[in-house]
Amino acid sequence: MNPRPLSLLSGGLSALLALLLVSALWDTPVHEGVSASVAGAMGHTGVAHPVTAVLLDFRAYDTLLEMAVVLLAVLATWSLGRCDTLPARPVQGPVMRGGLRHLIPLAVLTGGYLIWAGGAGSGGAFQGGAVLAASGVMWVLAWPRRPDLPAPLGLRVGVTLGVAVFLAIGVAGLPLGPGFMGYPPGWSYGLILTVETAAACSIALSLVLLFLGGRPWRDAEDG
Amino acid sequence: MEGMSDGLTWAAWLLIVPLAGALLAGVWPRAGRWIALATSVLVALLALGAAAQVWTQGPQVVSLGGWVPPLGIGLRLDGLAAFMLLVAALVGLFVGGYSLGYIPRDGHGERFWALWLWLWAALNALFLSGDVFNLYVTLELVVLASTALVALSGGAAALLAAMRYLMVGLLGSMAYLMGVALLYTQHGVLDLGLLAQRGGEGTAMMLAATLMSVGLMAKAALFPLHVWLPPAHGSAPAPASALLSALVVKGAFYILLRLWLTVFQDLAHPGVMQLLGGMGMLAVFWGGFMSLSADRLKPLVAYSTVAQVGYLFLAFPFLLAGPGGWHAAVFLVAAHATAKACLFMAAGNLQEANGGDDRLASVAEVMRARPLTSFALGIAGASLVGLPFTVGFVAKWILLQTAITSGAAFWAVGVVAGGLLTGAYVFRLLGPAFRPGPGRSGRPVPVLREGVTLALALVCVLLGFAGSAGLRLIAATPVAGPGG
Amino acid sequence: MAESLHAWPFFGSGVLLFVLGLHALVTRPHLLIKVLAFNVMGSGTFMVLLSAAARGSGEPDPVPQALVITGIVVAVSATAVALALMLRLYPILGGAGLPPGPPED
Repeated sequence: MNPRPLSLLSGGLSALLALLLVSALWDTPVHEGVSASVAGAMGHTGVAHPVTAVLLDFRAYDTLLEMAVVLLAVLATWSLGRCDTLPARPVQGPVMRGGLRHLIPLAVLTGGYLIWAGGAGSGGAFQGGAVLAASGVMWVLAWPRRPDLPAPLGLRVGVTLGVAVFLAIGVAGLPLGPGFMGYPPGWSYGLILTVETAAACSIALSLVLLFLGGRPWRDAEDG
Repeated sequence: MEGMSDGLTWAAWLLIVPLAGALLAGVWPRAGRWIALATSVLVALLALGAAAQVWTQGPQVVSLGGWVPPLGIGLRLDGLAAFMLLVAALVGLFVGGYSLGYIPRDGHGERFWALWLWLWAALNALFLSGDVFNLYVTLELVVLASTALVALSGGAAALLAAMRYLMVGLLGSMAYLMGVALLYTQHGVLDLGLLAQRGGEGTAMMLAATLMSVGLMAKAALFPLHVWLPPAHGSAPAPASALLSALVVKGAFYILLRLWLTVFQDLAHPGVMQLLGGMGMLAVFWGGFMSLSADRLKPLVAYSTVAQVGYLFLAFPFLLAGPGGWHAAVFLVAAHATAKACLFMAAGNLQEANGGDDRLASVAEVMRARPLTSFALGIAGASLVGLPFTVGFVAKWILLQTAITSGAAFWAVGVVAGGLLTGAYVFRLLGPAFRPGPGRSGRPVPVLREGVTLALALVCVLLGFAGSAGLRLIAATPVAGPGG
Repeated sequence: MAESLHAWPFFGSGVLLFVLGLHALVTRPHLLIKVLAFNVMGSGTFMVLLSAAARGSGEPDPVPQALVITGIVVAVSATAVALALMLRLYPILGGAGLPPGPPED
């Protein structure tokens, strides 16, 4: 099909879909969703913030699979090949590096705070991990040579850690009573904080590696 | 908080074991083949255990972490899920054995093992999930693992095919996710069982059904949304093609069927279901004609997937034919998965023996000198057509029976005509090998691979005896409303 | 719960983002635009979910918020894979435009 008729057809159908979506949403009833059940169960979970409770307790399995998606994305980009060049031209000159020397520790502190804050307010592993990853990306961009990354095995363990810790805690629920992906009563807070910390580290490392867009080592170094 | 039943324990281990295997294989790519081998044997045993559980105690729906839906996520291990898990395990076991002789022992190709285990873990999670949003996450896992497998061989064609597949996959996922948003806005729950109880026919439900169905049809490569499939399945490494054609398209079909059996049962009007069936029939003919006109082996087999997926969509008109009308189409999943995996494995053997060239004209010479692979190709082809003494025959027979007893004999005409078309392209594939002519065995192919290919072909025959058992297992699926 | 109309601007913009992304994803051949369009579609969907969470008079429903966080992370991962694939295709295609027409096999 020529670009123009295709564009008109797609535009027309998209406009129709928009109308249908708005009218469908208009027809839906106002309801409180699951908030009443969440409020009722907050006493049985270790964290005080409802969104964190949903993410890491009530729907913990979703979060496990979501961390698995991040890890699988890293493995998928690694399977495409090696990253030979940095994806962006590094910034030369002293200002960027000097600034980053002060900014990166601050960003690490902020990321750590966000992970911890998720227990009681807005924040959590992903927000914290994203801030840590941002400082990692700045670090990669600021140094004009290939960054000194840890050994391949270290990288692979690092990106896997979050899913592995979460899965191990989920499996421990089987013999301990609450079942797969459940926390034993009284242990929730400590275990959730453990999962969040491991997840944030893995997510931060994964996002930086995704930014590189390929394996930062040669096949021969697989071992 | 409710206790954990045995059923969920089986289901939980079916999630845990492949995921743990995938994690280990990702950390130690060099040990990938042994981790994959151990994992595949374990998962196959677990799938048998889970199926036995459903067989003896009926379907199980249990909540994860003790949080009952709507608060938590439920897993459902019922006949339909157990059947799909078994099919995945069966195909996975053979593909694993085949890959031992296909994937080189060092270097880049070893990444196959981790990606394969990821795909398996994602499919198991997909089959067991009882929550529409959780299904979205499993769909994304499947898309990413499949994309990486398509791109693994690294050539220009493979990368381009992977990109197209990823784009279609992501578009389909996004349409599905908008459907999830509509369902939540309408009902405020995400659990399949609770959504089924609320049902409803409002605008939001109709639009959700449309968006989710179209998204999943694109992922299942239903005509006319199939154009991404032949290049993707044709350019992946042979074991990856086998997994993608045998299992991945079925994952999308499975969710679609699951949704229409539960959430959208009130919308399953005859017109809508006939439309889905009709599109399936168009796929049967279009895929068949494209197979017939293909001049290379792997595209021919890939187009045949487009055709055979069409048959599966007969499940939808048969939903209305009475209780269990859709069982026949699900049984066909097993027949097609085994036959198609076997065809791709055989095609991989012939292509390698022929020096990477899979043009039908030149492959015939290699076929004459490689009786093991050619014999496997013949049996799998016969099962695809639905010739007697194969599981394909049993599946097509049940399909015809359902069509005739449900008073919708015109579907039977489509099934028979599609079978003739399948026969034509399978004959085109096999015919030259049986004509006299020069033969050459070409480059060496590991005996293990030829052996595994033949063994899977024999499974296509043996499964023919599992017809009634398979149907009994599938029947252990709780369905409310007119379909059950 | 009584419906006030405060959620509707967000519902409306969510729908608009979704269809704009859809249109661009279908019609534009350039891969970077396709990937961006996928993200715009995602943002639209997330906005609809969040509007549904906040349309009542009480506290916003936490479940859609958690779903959106999960969805964002999933979308970021998929975007990263798509971009990495695009960079590998760039030297092969001599650009980042997907060749038009149905793919050849």
